[in-house]
Amino acid sequence: MAAVSRLIPTEGAGPGAIEAGVSEFIDRQMELPYGHGSFFYLRGPFHPESPATLGYQLRYTPREIYRLGIEDTNAAARKIHGMDFARLEAAHQDRMLESIEKGLLELPTVPASTLFAQLLENTREGYFSDPIYGGNRDMVAWRWIGFPGARADFTDWIDQAGTEYPYGPVSIRGTKA
Amino acid sequence: MTTPRKLKPVDAVIIGYGWTGAILAKTLTDAGLRVVALERGPARDTSPDFDYPRIADELRHGIRGELWQPLAAETVTVRHTVNDTAVPYRKYGSFVLGNGVGGAGVHWNGQLWRASPEDLGLRSHIEQRYGKHFVPPEMTIQDYPVSFAELEPHFDHFEKVCGVSGVAGNLRGTVQSVGNAFEGPRSDQFPTPALPAIYAAQLFEKASSELGYRSFPVPAANSSVAFTNPYGVRMGPCNLCGYCERFGCFLYSKASPQTTILPILADRSNLEVRTNAYVTRILKDSAGTRATGVVYIDENGQELQQPADLVVLSAFQMHNVRLLLLSGIGTPYDPVTGKGVLGKNYAYQMFGVTTAFFDEEVQINPFIGAGAAGLRAIDDFNSDHYDHTKQGFVGGAMIYAGGTGGRPIEQMLLPPNTPRWGRAWKAAVHKHYRHSAPITLMGTVMSYRDRYLSLDPTYTDKFGIPLLRITFDWHDNEYRMAAYTAAKMEEIVRQMKPESQATLLLKPGNHYDVRIYQSTHTTGGAIMGTNPSNSVINRYSQSWDLPNLFVYGASAFPQNIGYNPTGLLAGLAYFSADKLKTSYLKSPAPLVSS
Repeated sequence: MAAVSRLIPTEGAGPGAIEAGVSEFIDRQMELPYGHGSFFYLRGPFHPESPATLGYQLRYTPREIYRLGIEDTNAAARKIHGMDFARLEAAHQDRMLESIEKGLLELPTVPASTLFAQLLENTREGYFSDPIYGGNRDMVAWRWIGFPGARADFTDWIDQAGTEYPYGPVSIRGTKA
Repeated sequence: MTTPRKLKPVDAVIIGYGWTGAILAKTLTDAGLRVVALERGPARDTSPDFDYPRIADELRHGIRGELWQPLAAETVTVRHTVNDTAVPYRKYGSFVLGNGVGGAGVHWNGQLWRASPEDLGLRSHIEQRYGKHFVPPEMTIQDYPVSFAELEPHFDHFEKVCGVSGVAGNLRGTVQSVGNAFEGPRSDQFPTPALPAIYAAQLFEKASSELGYRSFPVPAANSSVAFTNPYGVRMGPCNLCGYCERFGCFLYSKASPQTTILPILADRSNLEVRTNAYVTRILKDSAGTRATGVVYIDENGQELQQPADLVVLSAFQMHNVRLLLLSGIGTPYDPVTGKGVLGKNYAYQMFGVTTAFFDEEVQINPFIGAGAAGLRAIDDFNSDHYDHTKQGFVGGAMIYAGGTGGRPIEQMLLPPNTPRWGRAWKAAVHKHYRHSAPITLMGTVMSYRDRYLSLDPTYTDKFGIPLLRITFDWHDNEYRMAAYTAAKMEEIVRQMKPESQATLLLKPGNHYDVRIYQSTHTTGGAIMGTNPSNSVINRYSQSWDLPNLFVYGASAFPQNIGYNPTGLLAGLAYFSADKLKTSYLKSPAPLVSS
């Protein structure tokens, strides 16, 4: 999960993935039916050689993508740098993530680009979803971009189009920030 | 498998309890028939299923798709050409399928358009205006066997049922100074006034007008005021909550079967709705001349047979075609010989988006919006509203402005050169989120000899029953149409004077990509026409093969229009319902001789 802290880093203005609780979000999601793949059609036969435009064609659930992908990434990190990914310095992590994103690093089981896509997708979900799921702690990401969250009532703003919306976010649990 | 247990016969069985299922349930129970409606998904109602605040949850509904058909149980397979091996649509992307009472009518956007008059007589219109050779030989478009004038009272009625907000552009043949000048003549005004334009739509309105186009409010099945529909069902005003498409409406404001028709059916003693009832086939008599009922699997996995005198197939477009194929009703279409009609003329919707990125002074407030509410459009380049002589393509696109919400996981708009992660991404979401707006084109897609639906030879659903297979890719006609209309769209966006703009558009070489959400406007496969050799159903949606089977939905479209499909498919359903009432139910027989 060190990778999420590089995808949305702490440095620079605005909250990073770690402060936003993205790791906890992903951990929790992997325990839910989603993590176990029950949202996807996972019957065979599998044709991973199909054109990319026909979408995901692997047999792996999100949990399996992480388990296998992290193992393989760590093995690659040990080979290149002599230590696991999480122990690398940030600049090395970034470079390794770049080669995973671009598919330049060959991983033996889950293709690197699949691992990256899964990680990026869940990281953004954890950053921007309601805090009820463990990420976006204290609605930090919503405050950062100016999204009012679960407010869901703009009757008072229908006639004020084009002016800055002044209210901060609310969450499903009713907390305000 | 053991013989399914036979249930007590009823007068009519309805397969799929979404928009058209609800329309037909009302028609048939009004006439005193004993009706059973079978819905594959769960029961759903505004409360408790769409209650605030639980509904305002992007992850649950917008991303994981709690209201959608679970793909693990059943999906479709997709391939680009007849020579490819189709593979399953394993994760949601290109389209989202409805599930449960209300169907996709729960989580649609609410853009409620009528077809243009020339959309209906399309082939005749094109051949008459541009000559017989204008339509390329591989293009298998045909006329809808029903005219705009015949459908108009039914479009009008459905708009009233839905409390649609909008402004008439053509009232009884007189083009108005406001509204869509290109629409067919309306017999009446919209039932509720248009919602004020959201800010992105205001900027579009101004820019269009400067360029000489007249924009107008997108007809929105999001009621703008408290409204009572012709059935006595009350709707509330839309508050532009931003959780519309992909969500159920907690305000009784977006029209859905739940907010418009189902309340008056709830206590009818001659209607029984069975949920979690998965229909696996339609039964025929031994001579193959009549439908005798359906077989379905209930929530306990038990297979049951429901005999009925009348079978209404009103599931989603793809499911309609799959059930007909599984039931052996009609001859499956063969793209090599061109014989057979079942599965023929599958089409989709062309799309393109130009995003305007404004500076930080321009407050787009993207989270203020809802489905169709507050949007503005131009219709100058849709359908045959402009001269195609020199264009070299058939069709066009409606262009509309404004987002349906600013949900940050799905609807974050960033300039294309933005890094996907890291510090620069974090800075970009802060800079652009509140100041970007999408302008979208919704384009026609013609039908072609090599684009069709069939059963997949390999993949099955959770019961071991074959999945539906889609054979689809884009054709040059659609790339050309998109390029032409996108240029017009980009011109308007430039006039909106954003800091920068970027267009996402399909070009030759871009294959149909199931990973990107485009629309759920899939059409055809059980098309309507003038005789059994060019269609599955007649103008009254009645099967040519089994006259006591009626098929409803966008599966009837011989080719797709440049508008969202719900208005047209509901119009066709009410047109048929009227004929059932006045003719068929009194004396059941083929309504068009073949």
